[in-house]
Amino acid sequence: MTDTTVKLSDAEIRAQMLRDFWYHFKQNKGAVAGLFVFILLVIAAVLAPLLAPHDPTEQFRDALLVPPVWAENGRAGFWLGTDAVGRDMLSRLIYGAQYSLFIGVVVVSIALSGGIFVGMIAGYFGGWIDNLIMRVMDVILAFPSLLLALVLVAILGPGLTNAMIAIAIVYQPHFARLARAAVMGEKEREYVTAARVAGAGNLRLMFKTILPNCLAPLIVQATLSFSSAVLDSAALGFLGMGAQPPASEWGTMLAEAREFILRAWWVVTFPGLAILISVLAINLMGDGLRDALDPKLKKS
Amino acid sequence: MIRFLLTKLLYLVPTFLGITLIAFGFVRVLPGDPVLLMAGERGLTPERHAELAAQLGFDRPMWAQYLEFLTRLLHGDLGNSLVTKKPVLAEFFALFPATLELAFVAIVIATVIGVPVGVLAAVKRGSWFDQVSMTAALVGFSMPIFWWGLLLIILFSGILQWTPVSGRISLLYFFPAQTGFMLIDSLLSGQKGAFSSALSHLILPSIVLATIPLAVIARQTRSAMLEVMGEDYVRTARAKGLPRARVVMVHALRNAMIPVITTIGLQVGVLMAGAILTETIFSWPGIGKWMIDSISRRDYPVVQSGLLLIAGLVMLVNLLVDLTYGLINPRIRHK
Repeated sequence: MTDTTVKLSDAEIRAQMLRDFWYHFKQNKGAVAGLFVFILLVIAAVLAPLLAPHDPTEQFRDALLVPPVWAENGRAGFWLGTDAVGRDMLSRLIYGAQYSLFIGVVVVSIALSGGIFVGMIAGYFGGWIDNLIMRVMDVILAFPSLLLALVLVAILGPGLTNAMIAIAIVYQPHFARLARAAVMGEKEREYVTAARVAGAGNLRLMFKTILPNCLAPLIVQATLSFSSAVLDSAALGFLGMGAQPPASEWGTMLAEAREFILRAWWVVTFPGLAILISVLAINLMGDGLRDALDPKLKKS
Repeated sequence: MIRFLLTKLLYLVPTFLGITLIAFGFVRVLPGDPVLLMAGERGLTPERHAELAAQLGFDRPMWAQYLEFLTRLLHGDLGNSLVTKKPVLAEFFALFPATLELAFVAIVIATVIGVPVGVLAAVKRGSWFDQVSMTAALVGFSMPIFWWGLLLIILFSGILQWTPVSGRISLLYFFPAQTGFMLIDSLLSGQKGAFSSALSHLILPSIVLATIPLAVIARQTRSAMLEVMGEDYVRTARAKGLPRARVVMVHALRNAMIPVITTIGLQVGVLMAGAILTETIFSWPGIGKWMIDSISRRDYPVVQSGLLLIAGLVMLVNLLVDLTYGLINPRIRHK
């Protein structure tokens, strides 16, 4: 009987925490707008086959570089016009959302889990392990991220998977530093000592006892890294080192559009706009998350 | 202060060794035969291959190769480019002024606009200026600068025809490089119109490169100002009747500038990454374009040394930022 009461209040506490979070999050109008745009992006990515009017790789040979529908010579079937080989821009942009979200999720997952793992070990054990790990992280941070990612891609070979791995490696030190700092702040607290006395092993203490109490700054960093990953992978695509044509990744689309820059503004404008809007939406969300989750980091 | 300097320098040694290890390891983990990659010759006979391996030191144990690499590095020998056959270090110093000029103008633009905007946004917190400027800053912060550059080219070079699309100066002008900085060299040359040509080539790339640092500096200045404006000494200064402008400019701004200076210094890494994209878009002959060209041409000696030089540069500037910080704020120095 007592058990059920305890469980119930646990759930209640969680619900209350969520309500608190949402209350603080929705104070920030920009964050709510960002969340809304982000949800639209997810819908576009998931329902791309239903939403896109055409196949993203289908080439309409009779419709090369058709301007958007509202411009002179625009055609009804191609709302945002077509590119140089007659592919529908709107369909490619919608399918491009799949790439961006996929890249963001994969990069953040790898960087977050890798960073938490090494950061927790460094912070928890301290001493030479800490020194070694953090010096390696310092070395990675000494390189401009895009440059290091470029060189890693040169080693691994151009392509989307390698670009994602490279970006994740470059981002990982940020998570490691945060996780380390958080663990060092928490590990001497009483609840940790209590768990240790109760017989919890190192792994359990690290990942089950301490980690849940260090999540706030990591979540905020994950959001920021998500938007940076979208930007950096688009930059790699633009430089020919990321997703390869004919992929409808937005950066790759921009690279293909470059030579038509003074003839067909729409092939250049829309993919970039898509990148900007997604990155902006995620950054807005990140600001709101930071305010709601981590009062210490809150911008006054 | 000397002690502070020495500790900081000592901390850099392992990082620097790590950087050299990455640059050294880079060629050795590339798929393919490192001898072929670094020599750049085709159709080698086994004898020639062995000769080259010995010449490049690939026949020796790894630790000996690394020591050799470090020794050469300390003597300023970074190998030769496969494409131009010239020493990498000479190429770096020939191209570096172009990047430095671009980055310098960019950071000046970012600071001169970003700091006042941040201060004003903080002083007029919640006003329309605050909201508009901070929204703009967030947009700037989220900007894919390679696209932003293309948009500016469409507008200013395509439609308005105000600025040229690429390069550092019009082909009509030719003069020997004295400083490597086109703005100064064009003035020194005394040729009519040379300076304005150099300036018109520089303006778009520097705006593009300044965009993200500008946004970061404006945001950072605003939050640093808001923080110090709430401090007791600011309230005291106001309470004893000092004019608001004096309190903002003297009492608050001076203290808020400490984190802002750090932020400005830390933009160097951002600028170097941005230079890769900006220089590619505007065909700006600097080290960013040099690196990306070398990566696509598989000119690995250049990539290896370029990586080392750029990381070394970023490290050096970060050290300078740290030192400035210690100079301004004694508390950091004595920690």
